[in-house]
Amino acid sequence: MSDRMIVSTNINGEPVEVLASERDSLLEVLRDRVGLTGTKEGCNNGNCGACSVILDGRLVNSCLVMAAEVDGSDVETIEGMADGENLHPLQQIFLEEAALQCGICTPGFLISAKALLEENSSPTEHEIRYWLAGNLCRCTGYDKIIRAVQKAAETMNA
Amino acid sequence: MQSVKYARANTVDEAVSLLSDNGSAYVLAGGTDIIVAARERTRQVDLFVDVKHIPEVMAISFDADAGLTIGAATPCYQLYNNDDIKQHYQCLVDSAVLIGGTAIQGRASLGGNLCNAGPAADSIPSLIVLEGVATVAGPNGRREVAAEDFCTGPGTSILTQGEFVVSLHFPAPKPNSGARFLRFIPRNEMDIAVVNAAASLQLDGDTVTQARIAIGAVAPTPLFVTAAGEALEGKPLSDETIAAAAAAARDAATPIDDMRGSIVQRKHLSGVLTERVIRGAANRARGVEA
Repeated sequence: MSDRMIVSTNINGEPVEVLASERDSLLEVLRDRVGLTGTKEGCNNGNCGACSVILDGRLVNSCLVMAAEVDGSDVETIEGMADGENLHPLQQIFLEEAALQCGICTPGFLISAKALLEENSSPTEHEIRYWLAGNLCRCTGYDKIIRAVQKAAETMNA
Repeated sequence: MQSVKYARANTVDEAVSLLSDNGSAYVLAGGTDIIVAARERTRQVDLFVDVKHIPEVMAISFDADAGLTIGAATPCYQLYNNDDIKQHYQCLVDSAVLIGGTAIQGRASLGGNLCNAGPAADSIPSLIVLEGVATVAGPNGRREVAAEDFCTGPGTSILTQGEFVVSLHFPAPKPNSGARFLRFIPRNEMDIAVVNAAASLQLDGDTVTQARIAIGAVAPTPLFVTAAGEALEGKPLSDETIAAAAAAARDAATPIDDMRGSIVQRKHLSGVLTERVIRGAANRARGVEA
């Protein structure tokens, strides 16, 4: 019995048709079938935020979305964040401020922070910490990450 | 992931027939519990029935006379961004903002939280004190089930084969009323309740005309503690009556010892949180910050 299905979606502005299994999560399809490995698998149960993507304008954990659900949807991943060779201000400032150590959590933090700044262009430190509470960094670089998001917000508002 | 099929229902009837005809079919709303359960094989799932394309299951409607109806799969973020809910049902906002982190709130729903029937569920005490009623659709039509009657044990509910929750209804806001939900966890965010509690009050001057108290994570299901409400109703809101309500909540709690807390701590917290949510509800009834 075949459980294959075609999922038609829009990933980072490009229409993508992918042959997926009905049991695949969005995360598995992004990484294993489309080849967009920037989105990371951490806990695979919705606790760590490494797999954060923006689905139809809303931040979600791609490990907790079935691929079949996104048929007809828009998905934004870390690969769509830079504009060609030009990094997004969040990416640039994460580098300048060394807001990462091992980097596994970084795509998730960047996507999550991007979703925050799209909704709230001048968040307080408190608002940033609560918004990013679902993204875990086990190198514990939180303070640098928070400062980088604050600085990116200032840069983008300037 | 186990071998699971996916079906998209576009109407309530379609969802009911998909759920009726398949032995281990589960509703897929936000998926924040059931996808994990399917992946970790704590539940056998053969079919996900995606109900998010049924308009009634994703809508919020408010009328000052008819009250509030929330589609069961409406994600948390839509609740705390809704002006009517922020103004009249703040207790729902209290719950919705602390269920998981931002990404979870982008998907998780009140209907899902209710059907998952976790003893520590962070929305169920709020549903109970706000007199929430679930509209359940099934092969024999629709029925209404009060939130306090919904859960039957950890992870189990009154739902039978083929049934699912379409929406939740809350009565119109009453004058001089307020409600508050609080959760105790040992950190700031992203944790499962050691104990949680909610209270709703209606006041006439200093006299409590109606009180509903519910506590969670202290029994196999969230508890509607009628004795705590009775300790307040018809009486002035005072340190003594609040203490009596808190004592009733402590007495009703039958917690377990586990990694999150001990029996002694949970009994104590049941009283402390009950007192705090009563004071918060009273403040809101008087139009001041909880």
